[in-house]
Amino acid sequence: MAELLQFVFSGLTVGAIYALVALGFTLIYKASDIINFAQGEFVMLGGMTTVFVADAGVPLPLAALIAIIATTAIGLALHRFAIEPARGATSVALIMITIGASIFLRGTAQIVFDRRFHSLPPLLGADPIQFGGATILPQSLVVLASATVIVVVLWLFIERTILGKAVIATAANRLAARLIGVDTRRIVAFSFGMSAAIGAIAGVLITPIALTSYDAGTLLALKGFAAAMLGGIGSALGAVVGGILIGMSEALAAGYLSSNYKDAVAFLIILIVLVAIPQGLFGRAKIERV
Amino acid sequence: MVVAAAFVTMPWFFPSAYYYRVGALVFIFALAVAGLNLLMGFAGQVSLGHAGFLGIGAYSVAIGPAHLGVPSWLCLFAGAVLSAAVAFFVGRPILRLKGHYLAVATLGFGLLVAIVLTNEAGLTGGPDGMTVPRLSLFGWSVRGSDVWYWIAGTTFVGGFVLALNLMESPSGRALQAIHDSEIAALVLGIDVARKKLTIFIISAVYASVAGSYLALFNGHVTPDVAGFLRSIELVAMVVLGGMGSILGSLVGAGLLVVLPQALTIFHEYEQALLGLILIVFMIFLRRGIVPSIAAIISGWRK
Repeated sequence: MAELLQFVFSGLTVGAIYALVALGFTLIYKASDIINFAQGEFVMLGGMTTVFVADAGVPLPLAALIAIIATTAIGLALHRFAIEPARGATSVALIMITIGASIFLRGTAQIVFDRRFHSLPPLLGADPIQFGGATILPQSLVVLASATVIVVVLWLFIERTILGKAVIATAANRLAARLIGVDTRRIVAFSFGMSAAIGAIAGVLITPIALTSYDAGTLLALKGFAAAMLGGIGSALGAVVGGILIGMSEALAAGYLSSNYKDAVAFLIILIVLVAIPQGLFGRAKIERV
Repeated sequence: MVVAAAFVTMPWFFPSAYYYRVGALVFIFALAVAGLNLLMGFAGQVSLGHAGFLGIGAYSVAIGPAHLGVPSWLCLFAGAVLSAAVAFFVGRPILRLKGHYLAVATLGFGLLVAIVLTNEAGLTGGPDGMTVPRLSLFGWSVRGSDVWYWIAGTTFVGGFVLALNLMESPSGRALQAIHDSEIAALVLGIDVARKKLTIFIISAVYASVAGSYLALFNGHVTPDVAGFLRSIELVAMVVLGGMGSILGSLVGAGLLVVLPQALTIFHEYEQALLGLILIVFMIFLRRGIVPSIAAIISGWRK
């Protein structure tokens, strides 16, 4: 029982990070139909920048803030200089651009930072908490609490503010949104900035638990993308549930089966779910018009 | 015709064996890319896991001779048959998925292949990979980059002609109809599911043969051959060269094989430059190199 509790906790922690990455995918997809494969690099940039700014003598909270702002700026720049000039290109071409951006950011990070693994000191100290026979790292609680806050704030923002309503309008119908006066280009730019910020926060949160390095983004992007698809692309609820499900299945597979095959189990579950429910758990089936 | 002529005359300009090596790699990748292009460019189905088939082909010629004592050339065919069978069983359920859902399902498949290759160390040598015995035909051992240049080039030209003919056939036209609109194709009486499965199997066989060549040519194979980055590379070659242009497959493969070799002089800036070049190409030649240039030329003629 204690063992199960242990696995559930580590699954929840990793799952919360996947959920944040999946939310980033969902936000950009909603506003622009683009799958942004550079999403994992935002997470890496958040973690790496914090490490290096903190090493320069800046207090940790300030370093994290600087990292989040810098990553947001990079997200906005990605939209301005790579996505905006390619407006009207096919979705495959746009995906290739984001893949190019991910290679570019990874390559630049390895020059600006280095090729080693890095960690950060945990926010609430490193003494594990005993709970029902399981040991929990305080940082896990920080991850879970922060992820919950981000999801709630994002939901409030989308539902309760004018800018949030404009995002919903853009997602529902771009042309109609433009007709009622929504600047859809700004909304897309905003979604890139917002996704970058969420990614960077996820990076700051996870670095004390899992190490980070210049190439840490690839695997996170894969898992986040898979989580978004599992939940049904374009559904924020789906992104969160998908992320938690993948984190859980990984942790349980690593605990009870074999840690070598934990990724295999996660993707096997995705394959089975998609074959059974082709539009994902919370996605709506698209009706094709001829 | 032009491709065959270029393939035969190119070596006259090769100053060293190194160029044969790069040339052979270009043709090997172009073969896999041509197959993937049939699936993506003509049938409109995305696969983010095609390196999985590359891996099956590569490890067939590695495991067969080492553990079972089967000759390499026979393993190459066995690998192709195995890939076709895997494509059949995997393709049947997942080809019903559309767009990004198909992308993530194929991605999952590719990762599963890579994970199995990494972890079954007893059979595959694990993450370090294993050596691949040289190909020998009729008692003659195939070695040397120049010989591989001719083998890979000939196979690519063969695969190229086959792909072109396939696209001009009634089956090919049916596939292009599926690309434009699945429902319209269905209404026209095309068995959409079966046609998609057929092209998926064909593209898997192309990739498998290319994977076998790659392993035999390098004499060594690691699980990276089936990895996610390889799959992405194959898709990038298709899109960069031009979706739906088989000639584009050669151009895309050529660019992404030669470019990293050329960029090594920039040392650590290599990756950053590669990403930048990819972005710039996709912004300015968004339909891919060959179709975009063809459009510019036909614009001049008017």
